[in-house]
Amino acid sequence: MITSDTFEPVLLEAAGIDDGHTIESYRSRGGYAPLEKLLSEKQPPEVVEMVKSSGLRGRGGAGFMTGLKWTFLPKDHPGPIYLCVNADESEPGTFNNRILMEDDPHQVLEGTIISAYATRASTAYIYLRYEYPKSWDILQKAIDEAYAAGFLGENIKGSGFSLDIYLHRGAAAYICGEETGLIESLEGKRAWPRIKPPFPAIEGVFRKPTVVNNIETMACVAQIARRGVDWFRSIGIPADPNNPRDPGSYGPKLYCLSGHVEKPGCYEAPLGITARELIDRFGGGVWKGRRAKAVIPGGISMGLMTEDELDTPLDFSGPGTVGCLGLGTAAVVVVDETVSIVDFLHNSCRFFAHESCGQCTPCREGTSWSLRMLERIRAGKGRLRDLDLLAEIGDTMGMMPGSTICGLADGAAWPIKNSIAKFRDEFEDYIKQTNPTGYMETDPVPALPIVTTH
Amino acid sequence: MPTVIVDDQEIEIGADERLNCIEAARRAGVEIPHYCWHPGLSVVASCRMCLIQAGTRNAETGEVSMIPKLVPGCQTPVKDGTVIVTDSEAVQESRARVEEALLIDHPIDCPICDKAGECLLQDYHFEHGQSERRADIHAFSSRRRDVGPTVTLFVDRCIMCTRCVRFTREVSGTAELMVSARGAKEEIDTFPGFPLDNKLAGNVVDLCPVGALGDKDFLYQQRVWFLKKTENVCGGCAAGCSIVTEHNQDTVYRLKPRENLHVNKWWMCDEGRYGWHHLHNETRIVEASHRDNEDPQAIEWADVLRRLPTDLTDAGRLGVAVSPMLTVEEAWMLCSVARTIDPDAYLAVGHVPSTGADESFPGGFTIRGEKAPNRIGVEMVLSMFGAVSEGGTVPAWNDLLEQVRAKTIQSAWVTAGYPTPERSWCDEATAATFEELSCLVVQDLFESPLSNRATWCLPAVGFAERSGTWVNCGHRAQTFEQAIRPPAGVWPEGRFFWNLLGREGLYDPESIRKQIAESSASFAVLSGEVPSIGLDLRLQQVAVT
Repeated sequence: MITSDTFEPVLLEAAGIDDGHTIESYRSRGGYAPLEKLLSEKQPPEVVEMVKSSGLRGRGGAGFMTGLKWTFLPKDHPGPIYLCVNADESEPGTFNNRILMEDDPHQVLEGTIISAYATRASTAYIYLRYEYPKSWDILQKAIDEAYAAGFLGENIKGSGFSLDIYLHRGAAAYICGEETGLIESLEGKRAWPRIKPPFPAIEGVFRKPTVVNNIETMACVAQIARRGVDWFRSIGIPADPNNPRDPGSYGPKLYCLSGHVEKPGCYEAPLGITARELIDRFGGGVWKGRRAKAVIPGGISMGLMTEDELDTPLDFSGPGTVGCLGLGTAAVVVVDETVSIVDFLHNSCRFFAHESCGQCTPCREGTSWSLRMLERIRAGKGRLRDLDLLAEIGDTMGMMPGSTICGLADGAAWPIKNSIAKFRDEFEDYIKQTNPTGYMETDPVPALPIVTTH
Repeated sequence: MPTVIVDDQEIEIGADERLNCIEAARRAGVEIPHYCWHPGLSVVASCRMCLIQAGTRNAETGEVSMIPKLVPGCQTPVKDGTVIVTDSEAVQESRARVEEALLIDHPIDCPICDKAGECLLQDYHFEHGQSERRADIHAFSSRRRDVGPTVTLFVDRCIMCTRCVRFTREVSGTAELMVSARGAKEEIDTFPGFPLDNKLAGNVVDLCPVGALGDKDFLYQQRVWFLKKTENVCGGCAAGCSIVTEHNQDTVYRLKPRENLHVNKWWMCDEGRYGWHHLHNETRIVEASHRDNEDPQAIEWADVLRRLPTDLTDAGRLGVAVSPMLTVEEAWMLCSVARTIDPDAYLAVGHVPSTGADESFPGGFTIRGEKAPNRIGVEMVLSMFGAVSEGGTVPAWNDLLEQVRAKTIQSAWVTAGYPTPERSWCDEATAATFEELSCLVVQDLFESPLSNRATWCLPAVGFAERSGTWVNCGHRAQTFEQAIRPPAGVWPEGRFFWNLLGREGLYDPESIRKQIAESSASFAVLSGEVPSIGLDLRLQQVAVT
């Protein structure tokens, strides 16, 4: 078993290499050879089986088994099948896709070609976040190089398999990172997530079977093809034998470490490293030697861990054991002891109120209501009762209670309910201090004028 | 038969039926509240008002396994063994929360809102909402802007169900409406320079479950609880859309489509929707008049009844134009009267206005080019009286004109009743054809070159003022009741013909209908009860023969 001590970066092997983004560099490091071998030796179902047996789970946030997702495609589908690569990396704190696309785009492309081969897709779209112009340039150059080298286009390397990859640039909306929101946006519509079923594997882009995978997942596929299933399974946290529904957390993971740490950055580590180890070993400890107050385990929508919970392993099931939503994008944001958790939650609510697509009532109104309550609290008009209301919104909004179509509302709810549950004392102190005469008020109070926050 | 369990009540549904939970529950008499779902539009499941608990009952063990979270009833299909729970605490709490959320940005200006009284937000709030307003955070605003020539939008009343947006995309196919901005700042809007201006635009007002979209024609005209509703049929074109006439004190205030999957589904066109204003036009002919070589003199109906038949009998051979605006019953009575006066009377279908080709919309709705509701019904009546030419066709208006020009008839009785006061249906040249006749009876809504030449000028009535049966272009017979009384002094055609036939008592279209049904195989099916969605006469004929 490879531990975090013996682990050498693979996904980030090109980081720091000059011209690492060129095809020459990638091929000199052994890239594209596995693709050629695989195209000549393996049939698509074998590739699916390979990815399935590696235990690779999607790196986009939900952690769904990638190989299993591919098997949901209809067998012998007569029409086109599409592969969408999700590079709409907009979860606050997340930037690993950008590193991958800018430092080693061919790794991503090789993984995409292999995945398209496995899923029999002849067209792949890379849905790129609007705010990544540099990634766009580098990725487009890499696609052109791949075409020139014969890894894209008609009849790739004589295998009979053809693939075109198109780069699609989004228009800067968080919701486009949601699987079906992305699909709607790609079709040129407003990115309102679709109701499921039908799932994209049955009816996705242009009403055709579609697979949506994350950029990092594609890179992992390339590494599995190069280094093998056994190598991949030797990294990470094995499945819990007592829990038949736990598929384990295998493979390397890019952790985006930011916030109050000495050395923020994107670090590669085996899945299952603890937040504390990540902060201390890679991040050089909390900024200025302070103490962490809270840590976001994987993007703001995953909720909050307290300082006491930092020894939680950051694998797919770890954050869930301490009340967080999950691993998410593994974007670890450290919040130090000087930060007011009220401000933190206000910022989180502002983000989700701004980004809610507005389709489902509970999310549209819940996110904006919670924001306005926090605005009132910060304006010194808060009441203890508001905390109960916030907690109720947090508990009832989202896919988990069934009140919304997509997971954005869960992402908005988790910071609210984690903050209130884990830092209620701080909220109460803040409200009592800022509103000493009215904090016990339970009757409706005059409304504040509308404040435009974005 | 598949069985669905709704709140412990078992109901059976058809083996081939594809119902969602809302429809299945409705069969069991249970209403699942909903805003965004509409049977005629695609499912978006976004309002979340219809959240329920659903599960499956194992056919063998009888064990029920429920889905652990709430599911939207609109999006969840039912099949054999589906269990629907709509009254649990979780469901009720969820409804209360959705209601609360919808009211956060709603101005709650019911006292000045036209929708009050028929507003789903109001109704559901009383039934499912909570009395306390916990979201005391927003000073209300109330903005209004026009989205088209006939429709106005009260921006803050909107609950973002997007029914209107889907309608313009899926049914009218014009896609003028869209959602702009995001999250709680979302608004329904149009693109600058592309207002909501299509022939089905008025339907978005009917679709709106709240008071956001207002019909400028109806705005602030009448409180909805004063309106009485009569099931009617639109007389605007040959489609014969099922409608509801909403009226108060003999004044029509608006027309709304009535669900009829065989005819108009849930929609009607704007031409029909606003096609009632002629009923209250001040230039209507409201009294019977008679002319003896000089100016017309008003005349009592009793005198008309006494003198008209003899006048016509004395004038020579009679030609009758049976207007396609008349009901089947009225047409039958008119023909009977005509044949009593002159057994050799020439019967023809009256003028059939037309604007050319039919106009179809992506949602399966068609506006017919033929602008009369009952041509087929009148033709069928005329053929009962043997008024069929050699080619097997029923004589039309032009054939009658030919007869007049050929002087084979010496008197004419022209029924009209076309709802177009601004441009007369009969031009000067056509009217001049009738100059030489010794007696001309014209029965119309508005004055025309023809009525100016009439010996007898009699008032007619509009669609909401008559009752009877119309047969639309699809041979569907629809029966309707009189909604309002005509202006004082005006006898509906039915009453007039009834009296001319010497029948006792008040005009009773049903007795006439039964009589027609007995004497004609094509109308035989009308002898029984006619359902509100009408009967297809062709299908029935096949069944009879």
